[in-house]
Amino acid sequence: MSILRRVRTILFGDSARAFGTLGVVLLVCLAITPAKDHFREWRRYQRNYLNLIRNRGDAASLQRRFQGGLQQTWIPELGVVDRCATCHVALKEASLKDVTIQPFRPHPYVPHTLTEFGCTMCHRGQGAATSVQEAHRGTLAWEQPVVPARYIESACGQCHWNSLTGTPQLNLGRKLLARYGCVQCHAILVPGQGRMMTTNPAPPLTRIASKTTREWVFAWLKDPPSYAVTATMPNFELSDADARDISAFIMDQSAPAAAAAPAGAPAADPQTGASVYGESFCSSCHATVNAAGMVVGGNVGPELTRIGSKVKPEWLTDWLRGPRNYDPHTQMPRYRFDPKQLNLLTEFLKAKTDSDLLAKVQLQPVRPTEITHGKALVKERGCASCHEINGVVRPENFAPDLTLIGSQSLAKIVFAEGIPHTLPDYLQAKIRKPHAFGKSTKMPQYEFPAAQVDALVTALLAQTDRAATLPASLRVAGKRETDYLPAGKAGQLMTDMNCFSCHAINGRGGDMAPDLTLEGSSVQRKWLVDFLKNPNTLRPALIRRMPRFNVTAAEAETLADYIMAVYQTPAFERDELDSAKAAPDEVEHGRQLFYSKYACQSCHIVDSKNDKGYIGPTLTQVGRRLNSQWVFQWLKNPQALRPGTVEPNRNMSDEDARALTAYLMQQNREVARK
Amino acid sequence: MRTVSAFVGLALVVSCGCSRTPQAAQAPPAKAFGTAVVEVGGGKQAAAIGTAVDQPVVVQVNDAQGAPVASAPVSVAVPGGGAATPASGLTGADGQFTATVVLGASSGRYQIVASTRDKNGKTIELRLEEVALGYQEIQGRELSQLYCARCHDPDSTPERVSNHDNLTAKAHAFTEGTVLNAMSEADLVSIISHGGPALNRSPEMPPYGYTLGKAEIAALVAYIRAVADPPYRSKGAFYARN
Repeated sequence: MSILRRVRTILFGDSARAFGTLGVVLLVCLAITPAKDHFREWRRYQRNYLNLIRNRGDAASLQRRFQGGLQQTWIPELGVVDRCATCHVALKEASLKDVTIQPFRPHPYVPHTLTEFGCTMCHRGQGAATSVQEAHRGTLAWEQPVVPARYIESACGQCHWNSLTGTPQLNLGRKLLARYGCVQCHAILVPGQGRMMTTNPAPPLTRIASKTTREWVFAWLKDPPSYAVTATMPNFELSDADARDISAFIMDQSAPAAAAAPAGAPAADPQTGASVYGESFCSSCHATVNAAGMVVGGNVGPELTRIGSKVKPEWLTDWLRGPRNYDPHTQMPRYRFDPKQLNLLTEFLKAKTDSDLLAKVQLQPVRPTEITHGKALVKERGCASCHEINGVVRPENFAPDLTLIGSQSLAKIVFAEGIPHTLPDYLQAKIRKPHAFGKSTKMPQYEFPAAQVDALVTALLAQTDRAATLPASLRVAGKRETDYLPAGKAGQLMTDMNCFSCHAINGRGGDMAPDLTLEGSSVQRKWLVDFLKNPNTLRPALIRRMPRFNVTAAEAETLADYIMAVYQTPAFERDELDSAKAAPDEVEHGRQLFYSKYACQSCHIVDSKNDKGYIGPTLTQVGRRLNSQWVFQWLKNPQALRPGTVEPNRNMSDEDARALTAYLMQQNREVARK
Repeated sequence: MRTVSAFVGLALVVSCGCSRTPQAAQAPPAKAFGTAVVEVGGGKQAAAIGTAVDQPVVVQVNDAQGAPVASAPVSVAVPGGGAATPASGLTGADGQFTATVVLGASSGRYQIVASTRDKNGKTIELRLEEVALGYQEIQGRELSQLYCARCHDPDSTPERVSNHDNLTAKAHAFTEGTVLNAMSEADLVSIISHGGPALNRSPEMPPYGYTLGKAEIAALVAYIRAVADPPYRSKGAFYARN
């Protein structure tokens, strides 16, 4: 007690002391705010920065450019208020490249200036915050944490719908969304272009009973990869009873098969069919798993490793004869096989079986209740989102719209147990194991490798509010397939042979084979007719090749006429240059240019004995194949004729290009002599 | 005094419970110890920032005779913001330990430290190097796949047959630091833009300056610098370490 009293006397003994004490207390109170300000985190970082640069060679200029105090980037039209540069003081100081501690690293090169878009457009986080914790991590009130570096390409996807060279992960993610049927159940709206479309439509099931057996459907439903390791259909994790009922309904809804044409006598040895398979280049589109367990072949059509255990032989023959009779939208060309080839190929494919696949499948005869239950299950699981099925309408909005998933509020997400509460972690978990989010989750189980899951999350994180509301001038549109259709009889032929599965023309078609939009300006008519009748390889290093479609002479002429007349560039006249009239010394000059100045032989072969390069097409017969004017224009600027082609623009003078053209156009004589 | 110590004890327990990174699951006690740790595979890979390198890092613990030691303790650390899973454990029956390595958020080189203990408790370290590629280096990698790798990468696959052996002047692989590190930035830009003759080299190297933009060529140079082995060190002034 006495101590207290003594203290009171000392502090408040008389009015002067009381006044003094109160004054001191008041001063301390007044000092709190400036002191708080003085000890702010960002001031500490700025002081540390000044210490860091003090001893460097370019200290003076670094110090001159340093601006103390709060720094803010304000871009009203984008809603950006970023104070990141308050601590990240050296973002623009390229000379600090060797500094490895944050927040003092300079920003690595990106194709935009830092004041153009601010920081949070790409990195997220709370731009207006001035403490490390609040700026980088989500808080209850502000739930926009900094996006992890592995998904940073999602930032580019907010404006860029085109495929950028610098963002392979984003490009892959978008490709996967389209290929694996994600966009069939989930709508993703591309600004200005409508819904993102699938690139790999599922086969129609309306006539499946003619194609395969109920046992195979059952086995496939239970575990798609056991039939094809490259299966794009996910696993729906069906119980045996559910798979039984769905297979019962699927077979029941199928329209009766058209009467199959009688097959010819079976060939003696199915292996002779291997040569038909090989020379038809089936592997350009279809994969098989070889003896070493490697997947070999393209992914346009389904994998054929166990095709014999799936399809009925009479269906197979019918399909090979005319794929469009079964599926009008198929990418498979009609090959015009003769009966013998049909037979050989059917026997060859029929022999590709796997006895384990259906060994354990024992199905009892169908009961009507199973069919009704199967139909209910098909509706519940959304099978018709991808497949055409009789009696089941394609459901609209079967799964949540993902257009704005990248800025989904965490409050609206139900997290499964053990998943960190961030959006990327949620998306990761949902793609990896949908059923961890409850047994009733309809999303099926995919088996994506880790890198593909990262890519998918990246693509989904790009689907932000901001992306949807950005000024249209910032948006870079992606390529969208046109609905170009060639006309007339040639058009019918091109549809029949499905040229567009591999070749693009006028913005429609695949990218496996060269774009044919300007083919008429490029090649000579006679060569084209011969090539269509019997395609040979132009590029020795390619494994995907143009098949022989067994076209008749009349068909080849029709196609060639159309291509020569319609697929021309307006940029130059095809027959303007005639290199046949070139003087011999110009040809010789061209030869020297070819071998010495431009070293074309490192990629092309003209002299098949000595030249070895095999990146570009073989040029031994180029004089019969191409037009002089095309060769000249190509040498002047290859990218103008075929954007993205690998051959570099050599900035050749007209003189050099003319001499080279003259030399190249001589490359047919040898063949003519034979 | 007792309340204070009880309070401190409680606070310690609570703060351990709150710690952001949960303690790694207690590894089973080591049964054997080696004297060296060596690389089996997984070093010198390149991957995008923040992602896992393609192949896992595999190290082996050996005894003094060079024979593999099973059940020896190994831990793998990725300084600079990366992570290894599992970060620690025991070697398998073959004396090897495998970990997936995720790189940090900044581009550059990462030293992966794999360590084991000998029977006296002394730590033995092995350092492996991985490269994290930022935007510019990734762009360079993609461009090099398109334009350069057919000649500069001697490895052939059925999908992309290498043209390397068909050339008279053999193109240098981009990892060949011994040769490429000696070339200045300006020389690299020059040979890419104007072709081999610009530096008195073979015309088999064509010019890309009329095909690729300045930023794209800069990206290629950045990629070449990033994957060089031995690592590229800038010729510029060196400053005191931060």
